[in-house]
Amino acid sequence: MAAVYSFYIINKSGGLIFYKDYGSAGRMDTNDSLRLASLWHSMHAISQQLSPIMGCSGIELLEADNFDLHCFQSLTGTKFFVVCEPGTQHMDGLLKHIYELYTDYVLKNPFYEMEMPIRCELFDINLGQAVQKDRVALLGR
Amino acid sequence: MQFFGGSEISPSPPAPTVSGNNAHMMYVFNRNGVCLLYREWNRPLHTLNAQQDHKLMFGLLFSLKSLTAKMDPTSAEKGNLGVPQLPGQGCSFHSFRTNTYKLSFMESPSGIKIILVTHPRTGDLRDSLKYIYNLYVEYVVKNPLYTPGTPIRCELFNTTLDQYVRGLG
Repeated sequence: MAAVYSFYIINKSGGLIFYKDYGSAGRMDTNDSLRLASLWHSMHAISQQLSPIMGCSGIELLEADNFDLHCFQSLTGTKFFVVCEPGTQHMDGLLKHIYELYTDYVLKNPFYEMEMPIRCELFDINLGQAVQKDRVALLGR
Repeated sequence: MQFFGGSEISPSPPAPTVSGNNAHMMYVFNRNGVCLLYREWNRPLHTLNAQQDHKLMFGLLFSLKSLTAKMDPTSAEKGNLGVPQLPGQGCSFHSFRTNTYKLSFMESPSGIKIILVTHPRTGDLRDSLKYIYNLYVEYVVKNPLYTPGTPIRCELFNTTLDQYVRGLG
């Protein structure tokens, strides 16, 4: 069983710039993932408007019947979110780690254009390792 | 879901108007998106007027439900994004958390949606929402003067609700 089902990165205007599937049932096509990403972007913004207290920064964890969605928003507005099994722990740590990988392998890549889809081999490799390590750590427990 | 017996329906002592510091507000919507009840206990920030706020809340829940139904990684056949779904159909959600609040959500088979907004560190409120639904059935649905689909104006329901929510963890 996969602990992490899929992983998304959306830019500050709601466009999907990275999507990776780790074994969810029924593949989603590109259009669906793009739509879902921009829908999430809007829901994230609306949740801030509905806050009863000042200083809300949007949804961090969505608990659905069959999965959990953990979201991390960087200071520049880029959102990283991971879909995982219900009750999976330490996803915040994984997201922060992935953010580090993003700054190291994507932002420091001279050929990467900001806000554009991410095509960096090194990022792919390291992301795969990070998620794999997380899965192994889960199995070991 | 357990329904409580006749002895517990007796009127409870009136609760103070200012309720506990844990719960912020509560919404009840019917399946058409009409806001049947809005209770507010502790809400310092109002960004919109009441009607706009209710519409936005219903819209958020509706869209989040279609998002979770489409995103569900455990089922292969999910249909298209935004396709209308009956209550209980497709993967729904029961709560989400931000840094300032936690929203718990329940939908009954008849499409009644109960939303409770609390402190972000509150635990699982699914059973509490079921209990509130029971209160709704006992005090609102069984009230002969209540017309379904209209805003709830039952003193007894409000008092019991206030009292219950005040005692929430």
